[in-house]
Amino acid sequence: MTTKKQKMVENAKSSKKAGSTDVATEPNVGQTDSRWTGAFREILSGSAVMSVMAVVASIIIGGILIAVTDSRVQETAGYFFARPGDMLQAIWESVSGAYSSLFQGAIYNFRRPGFLNGIKPLAETLSFATPLIAAGLGVALGFRAGLFNIGGRGQMLFGAAAAGWVGFSFDLPYGIHLVVALIAGIAAGALWGGIAGYLKAKTGAHEVITTIMLNYVAFYFVYWMLSTPGMLQAPGSNNPKTPGMKDTAILPQLFGPNFQLHAGFLIVVAATVFVWWLLNRSSLGFQFRAVGFNPHAAKTAGMNVNRMYFYVMLYSGALVGLAGVIQVLGTVTTGFSSGIDAGIGFDAITVALLGRSKPWGVFAAGLLFGAFKAGGFSMQAAQGIPIDIVLVVQSMIVLFIAAPPLVRAMFRLPKPSLEATAGASNVQGRKAVVSK
Amino acid sequence: MSTSVATSSTSGSKVALEKTVVKSWKTPIALGFFALVSVVLFGVFGRSGVTQFRVSTSADLIQIPDMFVPSDLTCWVLAIVMVALAAFAAWRVKVAAKVPLWLTIVFAIVFVFAFLTWAAAGALIPIPGLLIGAVSLSVPLIFGALSGVICERTGVVNIAIEGQLLAGAFTSAIVASVTKQPFAGLIAAMVAGMLVSFVLAAFAIKYLVDQIIVGVVLNVLVSGLTGFLFSKVLSPNEQLLNHPPRFDRIDIPVLGQIPIIGPVLFNQTIIVYIMYLTIAVVAFALFRTRWGLRTRSIGEYPQAADTVGIKVNTTRFWNVSLGGAIAGFGGAYFTLGSVGLFTKDMTAGAGFIALAAVIFGRWDPIRATLAGLLFGFATNLQSVLGVIGSPVPSQFMLMLPYVVTIFAVAGLVGMSRPPAADGKPYIK
Repeated sequence: MTTKKQKMVENAKSSKKAGSTDVATEPNVGQTDSRWTGAFREILSGSAVMSVMAVVASIIIGGILIAVTDSRVQETAGYFFARPGDMLQAIWESVSGAYSSLFQGAIYNFRRPGFLNGIKPLAETLSFATPLIAAGLGVALGFRAGLFNIGGRGQMLFGAAAAGWVGFSFDLPYGIHLVVALIAGIAAGALWGGIAGYLKAKTGAHEVITTIMLNYVAFYFVYWMLSTPGMLQAPGSNNPKTPGMKDTAILPQLFGPNFQLHAGFLIVVAATVFVWWLLNRSSLGFQFRAVGFNPHAAKTAGMNVNRMYFYVMLYSGALVGLAGVIQVLGTVTTGFSSGIDAGIGFDAITVALLGRSKPWGVFAAGLLFGAFKAGGFSMQAAQGIPIDIVLVVQSMIVLFIAAPPLVRAMFRLPKPSLEATAGASNVQGRKAVVSK
Repeated sequence: MSTSVATSSTSGSKVALEKTVVKSWKTPIALGFFALVSVVLFGVFGRSGVTQFRVSTSADLIQIPDMFVPSDLTCWVLAIVMVALAAFAAWRVKVAAKVPLWLTIVFAIVFVFAFLTWAAAGALIPIPGLLIGAVSLSVPLIFGALSGVICERTGVVNIAIEGQLLAGAFTSAIVASVTKQPFAGLIAAMVAGMLVSFVLAAFAIKYLVDQIIVGVVLNVLVSGLTGFLFSKVLSPNEQLLNHPPRFDRIDIPVLGQIPIIGPVLFNQTIIVYIMYLTIAVVAFALFRTRWGLRTRSIGEYPQAADTVGIKVNTTRFWNVSLGGAIAGFGGAYFTLGSVGLFTKDMTAGAGFIALAAVIFGRWDPIRATLAGLLFGFATNLQSVLGVIGSPVPSQFMLMLPYVVTIFAVAGLVGMSRPPAADGKPYIK
């Protein structure tokens, strides 16, 4: 009996971590601090500040990496003790140059004349963010039910393949064509995600392994379709690439041809609202969350846990599939190859983690990573800094956010009151054990 | 779900155990399915011609002449053998007996042989070449799988194998290039893999972060970090930093001349010989030493291990570090053994396949090694058949190991049960 109980406690704990709720920020009644200090502490220890601090710390680490690998910095380091100013200046130039070009590539470019030209990078950021948010929502939905969907790549590829096939081979009127392509892509993503959910529900196969394996299966399968004449391959070509999408199936540009932003962004906003509604207002979403918190308790309460696993993977796969659809009907409309997922399936995991698996949190995190992506390309072009630095900064952010005590120690932030007392009693308890 | 032991009521001091055997039809069904596939594919849609198998290499002591077999006749015979094996398995289950493991293995070998005969009708299959390539492709997989076995047996899920392999490959390339000593590169690779493990262990054990999350993020971090340094530092100074000396093949006297086995197993680089040693040591240590018993007990039931005085979190920390060192060592094979220089994201998902090998091998070092070999074989088979022109699209060959793993995990091949405390942090 005890083992079962402990397992349940552990499950509840781990799911709390994978999920999002922060119980720890509740005020402590027995606190002796004054009200203002208490309020201040609460703000400092809150999750929003933690997220900001995690981003700051990661950007600092990225800056260190940029400075250390800069050739001018290395040169001046040779005579650091003779003229330290040179090296400091070189460091400042390399880091500020990198981050300012990141900003100018992601949000507003001051060098271009006029507001409309200057704001173009922001449109690019939103366009990069669109598939990230869609896929991030899918992964986050899985997290809320305690499932880890690494299968983003496969689900995106299947979504893209289905939507692309409808997009270039059917002849349908405006509007209807787009809707049919969207539905086909979403259904294909849901199918591919659903396989993992079905296996989990029926045989208990771990979804991490099955989704990883399904990624490879999907990749080779789509690659085979792309390189087989009569399937997805463009007629008269030997390359594994599809023909371009028909005009009737392409997502319209929102602000004219000068701006990179297409209607996929609106779909993603709608998807965010939908996921928020699903999780917070619907009975199905309630069951998802209950299973995520504690599957044993959910089962005791009469929920069909296995069915929920299947459903959540269907929804999750559908959202990730949507990201693939947006890629082929919005971003790359001239035909796609097997690299159409562009690593978004994996980026989505970090987006979901940064957004703490809440729909609007994922939305914000997707915007941030979209900005990193857009800015990263301009940084690479302008300053010669490889775009991989963005991966480093992103993964650092998630690592820091996943471990609040580490960030607190780095910035000497106060502990959240409830956890602080719990920690103290824990230490006392350990001391008591040791003194025995 | 093959057998389960049900305890009946305990009356007085006597404990009566009642054994119930659950008939599992999974194996016969799977074998029957594959037998049916072979009858249809190899028999009905058989290809006429003669298949030539090359058995010896020119360096062998005893030369065995090439084997010529008529393709369609051989395929029919083998397909009938497979049907018989499947029927035997079904009979065993019917009389409530276990289906022996050797039956599955023999079935698999017959299937592969029939497939080769069918696919290479009218062409030549160099068996030693096929196997040599398979071994060299599976070296990093096996090191990664051993790392995964150690980490998961101790209760920490290691998804960061990919990152550890990549870190090992990167560091070994730099250190071996600068020092001109491949052995220094090997040691540096172990240290690099260990460093990745330190981060995994610190976050998973001290900060109690979800281990899968840390693992995934570490893979991204190492990929980003090595990619950044590769473009920024390694590429401009390629002669100095990315030009490591490679290990030569060492031909072991006598053993290397045995037909088939010799060139495959005993004419390899030093990394492969160390791999044999590592497999043996890990398999022995995990099941025959005090360290192994403690490691396994922590992975199954840390509360009990703690009660008898085993330091759960310390042991976990060092085991995860050991796993990282092994995976890092395997990563060095990419740069010092096969390719000869570091390229961006050169591990290309080998870590994830190693993870699959761990699960397919049911968290057992020997079985995980065999699973790694299987994956290496399937990958190499694809490239060999690509050369002679196979009737199956190469993508489906490449897909095969992953499909097999999905079946394995779903319980068709056998029940796979992870260590009980796998992935759960231990809070005192």
